Amino acid sequence: MDFQQKSPEEIIRSLKNKFNFNNSKKTTLPLIIGILVVISILKGAFYTIQPSEVGVILRFGKVVKTTSPGLHFKLPFGIEKAIPVPVEKVYTSEFGFRTRTSGVKSVYSQKSYDDESLMLTGDLNVLDLEWIVQFKIQDPFMALFNVRNVDKTIRDISESVLRRIVGNHAFNEVLTTKRIDINNQAQKEMQDILDSYEIGIQIVKLKLQDVNPPEQVKPAFNEVNQAKQEREKLKNQAWEVYNQKIPQAKGEALKRVKEAEGYALEKINIAQGDTKRFLLLYAEYAQAKEITLRRLYLEKMQDTLTHAGKKYILDPKEKGILPLLKLENEQ
Amino acid sequence: MNNKNLSFIIPIIIIILILIGNPFYIVEEGKQAIITQFGQPIGNPITLSGLHLKIPFIQKITYFEKRILEWDGYPSEIPTKDKRYIWIDTTARWKIVDALKFFKSVANERGAHAILDGIIDAAVRDAVTAQDSFEVVRSSNRLRKLIEKEKIGQEDEFINEGVLATIKMGREKIREEIVKKAKSDLGPRYGIELIDVRIKRVNYIEKVRQNVYERMIAERKRAAEQYRSEGRGIRAEVEGKTEKELKEILSLAYKESQEIKGNADAQAAKIYADAYSKDSEFFSFLKTLETYSATVDKNTTIILTTEGEYFKYLTDISP
Repeated sequence: MDFQQKSPEEIIRSLKNKFNFNNSKKTTLPLIIGILVVISILKGAFYTIQPSEVGVILRFGKVVKTTSPGLHFKLPFGIEKAIPVPVEKVYTSEFGFRTRTSGVKSVYSQKSYDDESLMLTGDLNVLDLEWIVQFKIQDPFMALFNVRNVDKTIRDISESVLRRIVGNHAFNEVLTTKRIDINNQAQKEMQDILDSYEIGIQIVKLKLQDVNPPEQVKPAFNEVNQAKQEREKLKNQAWEVYNQKIPQAKGEALKRVKEAEGYALEKINIAQGDTKRFLLLYAEYAQAKEITLRRLYLEKMQDTLTHAGKKYILDPKEKGILPLLKLENEQ
Repeated sequence: MNNKNLSFIIPIIIIILILIGNPFYIVEEGKQAIITQFGQPIGNPITLSGLHLKIPFIQKITYFEKRILEWDGYPSEIPTKDKRYIWIDTTARWKIVDALKFFKSVANERGAHAILDGIIDAAVRDAVTAQDSFEVVRSSNRLRKLIEKEKIGQEDEFINEGVLATIKMGREKIREEIVKKAKSDLGPRYGIELIDVRIKRVNYIEKVRQNVYERMIAERKRAAEQYRSEGRGIRAEVEGKTEKELKEILSLAYKESQEIKGNADAQAAKIYADAYSKDSEFFSFLKTLETYSATVDKNTTIILTTEGEYFKYLTDISP
């Protein structure tokens, strides 16, 4: 550890003193070699651990300690080895698809991963599932030294677990209502299995992405959706007509009733008016029947004859006049 | 001088030793090693990590993994009890627990894979062929219970007879059976511990899958047709309802209006009758006169004789 306190120059100077080197031209070459050796030693003696990492230090292949972020010293010449382990980083494994370049507009691989994504549902139908698993290293020692191929193990277990769970659900459940349940159940089951391997990995999230019927079945699926739309359309159209006609008819019905009521009022009022008039007249008539009759008759005759077009007055004693009359029957 | 010589000699000796035949060897964490002497393993496997000593030149070190290793089999087509071919892909985890036995029996991982291939494939085959295909897919009777409770299935065109069958084993039990069988077949002789076997993928073989797709398509088409006819049904129903209500509304209105009118007519008739019955003669006189003036207009030609009441004074003056 003394190395750390001395600057390279001091070390070189002390070496020079030890081996009695002087500044003669003969010693220039060994000096340069010496400096290079020291630099290479120093290079192998320091390492940096990034803020999101933990350093696992092996001495002769045996884990001796872990170090926190920062610049550290280790024994050179391969005696100590530092393995930086990103413990904060969240890794994402994709199933059924691959992101080629992620970003605002991610590009996905066009290749099909049918073998990975096609699975059987409990009702023996085939479903095309895409999902992701996010995980991080919880225990660097376990992750490094308990399981050889951590990524592959996570992938295998994820596929196995998700298929088992989907196999226990109905096609429509996976497609619609049970997605969240499946996410949670699969995540928990995966974690349990991985824990049994002491793999030192924490599953952060398991999430179903696209859940689709297989490509070949899709058009038929869309047809169903279309048919559903169509059903709604027909229903709506019919109700539209209903909503158009019924209120109008109700209005018309009301109009009809009101008209009838009007008719009734009119009829009764007329009757009352007519009879009132009659009764008033009758009261007078009863007092002087003969004279009133005659007066009424004459008045009416006058009125009637005034309005008549042509009037002929014949004396029945004078015969022969009738044929002379040219009676025009008009229209 | 002596000191100087020593400080030169010791490193040189070390360097020479390292160059000629290293007596040290490192067992890294996660690894184990066995020492062989002329090809023959010597002593117990070294499982502790760290720096160890050996005899240079004579002893050689062979390293093995101490970590859990993966095994990934080739997917195989297996016929089930209900004569369906399914395509099964399994994965397994194993580790070397006895490096010495391992070295003697299979030598390396490739050898181990060959052994595991045979054993696991046979175990999977044995377990799966004895079962119906749906046993490998479902792990429990959850769906069946849901159907019995009528929680699903009513509007689900996809529920078919496969779901209705009760599961006796289920996927998880079959898997456990595979593990049990494979473990007992493997035994301790290879120094391998089989940790577990998992069914990674199960699917129909390509040909059967096409049939399933066709079935799914047919089912969807049937569902679509059902929705369409439902739509037509609803439309007809609403149209009928519209027609019925229209007729009801209008006829009720007619009925009501006729009633109102009839009542009014009756009432008016009563009013007239009550009044006119006081003197029906006088009423007919008045009414008749009224009709005269109503029926005679300027197009009417009237011929009267002097014999009538009206003109009687025209020829005869006497009252």
